[in-house]
Amino acid sequence: MRQPALPRTPSTRLRPRRVLRQRLAFLFLWMAAAAAVSALIAVVAFVGVRAVRVLNIDLLLTSPAGGLSGEGGISTTIVTTLYLVALTTGLATPLGVGAAIYLTEYAGQADGRRKPALLLLSVARFGVETLAGVPSIVFGLFGYALFVSALHFGFSLLSASLAGACLILPVIIRATEEALRAVPQAYREGSLALGATQWQTVSGVVLPSALPGIVTSVILSIGRVVGETAVFYVTLGGSSDLPRSLLSPGRTLALHLYSLAMDTRAFDKAMGTGAVLVLIIILLNAAISLLSRHMLRIRG
Amino acid sequence: MQRRCLIDRLMQGVLLGSALLSVCIVLMIGLFTFLQSRLAWQSIGPVAMLTGTAWRPGSGRFGLLPMIAGSVLATLGSVAIGVPLAIGCALFVAEVAPAPIRALVRPAVQLLGGIPSVVYGLFGMVVIVPLIRRIPAPGNSGYGLLAASIVLAVMILPTITSIAEDAIRAVPREYKEGSLALGATEWQTIAGVTLPAARSGIVAATILGIGRALGETMAMTMVIGNSVVVPAPLTQNPLSIYLSPARTLTGNIAVEISYATGLHESALFATGVTLFVMIMVVNSSAHFLLRSRSR
Repeated sequence: MRQPALPRTPSTRLRPRRVLRQRLAFLFLWMAAAAAVSALIAVVAFVGVRAVRVLNIDLLLTSPAGGLSGEGGISTTIVTTLYLVALTTGLATPLGVGAAIYLTEYAGQADGRRKPALLLLSVARFGVETLAGVPSIVFGLFGYALFVSALHFGFSLLSASLAGACLILPVIIRATEEALRAVPQAYREGSLALGATQWQTVSGVVLPSALPGIVTSVILSIGRVVGETAVFYVTLGGSSDLPRSLLSPGRTLALHLYSLAMDTRAFDKAMGTGAVLVLIIILLNAAISLLSRHMLRIRG
Repeated sequence: MQRRCLIDRLMQGVLLGSALLSVCIVLMIGLFTFLQSRLAWQSIGPVAMLTGTAWRPGSGRFGLLPMIAGSVLATLGSVAIGVPLAIGCALFVAEVAPAPIRALVRPAVQLLGGIPSVVYGLFGMVVIVPLIRRIPAPGNSGYGLLAASIVLAVMILPTITSIAEDAIRAVPREYKEGSLALGATEWQTIAGVTLPAARSGIVAATILGIGRALGETMAMTMVIGNSVVVPAPLTQNPLSIYLSPARTLTGNIAVEISYATGLHESALFATGVTLFVMIMVVNSSAHFLLRSRSR
């Protein structure tokens, strides 16, 4: 991937004006990168520093006191977030991986000779592309109309996780597709040449070697669910009690942050919640980079 | 022999089914939001809805123009701030940065993309809004389009940076070598060869960023003020329109859906349909560009 540095031009000393222009341009590029990094540092450091006042074991282990007080901790919202992550990824992972397998492994069969297969493939591709662009509040509206109202699931874990699964489906499909494409073609040819069927090749050879990439796609979608607010704001209800069943309403960490900031202006508590969210995202990102390093080492 | 062929056939069907699930979901989303919005389109009329300037659910006025203006203006603001930075970052990471600094910047930008939008919203409320409030202008509360644009700019930066970086990396090395061999400086090569060659990818990245900005919901409701007005300049300076509070299409849905019923609820679904169509148009032009590039 990484290219060796291009040779520097020897004539730079002789033409000061274009050298000056290059200096200015490069200064801008350095500053753009510095701005991005400092935006990150500003957000993370500010949330972290403000959170120190409220962040302690009590906050993590007590449940929100309810009402508009902003008192209490965030324990139930952490548990609800975990439930929702498990449900959405549980629903979307098999479907997303399956779709990615079809789009990469069976795409070769759909050449010009078989028009219907080709058409199906491009329809499926269009679907994934479109779904990836649907704004999350529209997923929320859809979930509200179908799961909450039409199917009478009400504001519940079930409605929220079904809507959330639709949201992360394209995330899983795209990342898994990338992982499958990175598996060397020779692996497949070797397996097929030994007389294995397409499915035996996929399940026995391709999937195992793409596994770290598939895990990455799941981690990505976990991050998406943890940070998502709009979809769950209109499907999960927002009760801060611990959900007792699939049909009980709940409140995730991100929703709790939103309600603390918007309804009660309890900014310190909101910062504490935000710090927990940011910490989760940092850990997930670290897991992804560990995995991708692991993959690079295996491939050499 | 027979059995494994049977399993193979079966699995191909199952996989095809899951591949087509996305399309089904898209169709169902379109169908359900449209069906729910039909009442509003019929009883208010599409023209009256899209051009009406008053949104008063209590008295049966459902005009979406303030929200359309809010969404478009906030998006334009975020593009003005975010796109130059994002393209700068992409060029920096792909072409200019020394390896150790690149190893720092790239994960930082990735992390920036992972931070939940409510955290950005909170940061905007606590840090950016009070700063903007200091700008002297009558009626400036700090909450408004400028705060929204700044928050959005940070949120779309990672999206644009990563796609633009891919496009820049995809420029064949020979192009750059040819330019450098002719005696061009590195910057002349970037500006004259690399950027034009990666142009369609960079434009597509920007368009996808616009789609992302139009769709952002909760962070917007936190900093934009949410008042239903067509944004107007607060002072003589036309740029002060960005100090005006506004409401986005997304925010309109999020703020009101929990208590809306009847025609009001249907009008909110119509808001969703409007948003969906806008984003579909934006995104499909990006995909068109990306596809014509890969050919």
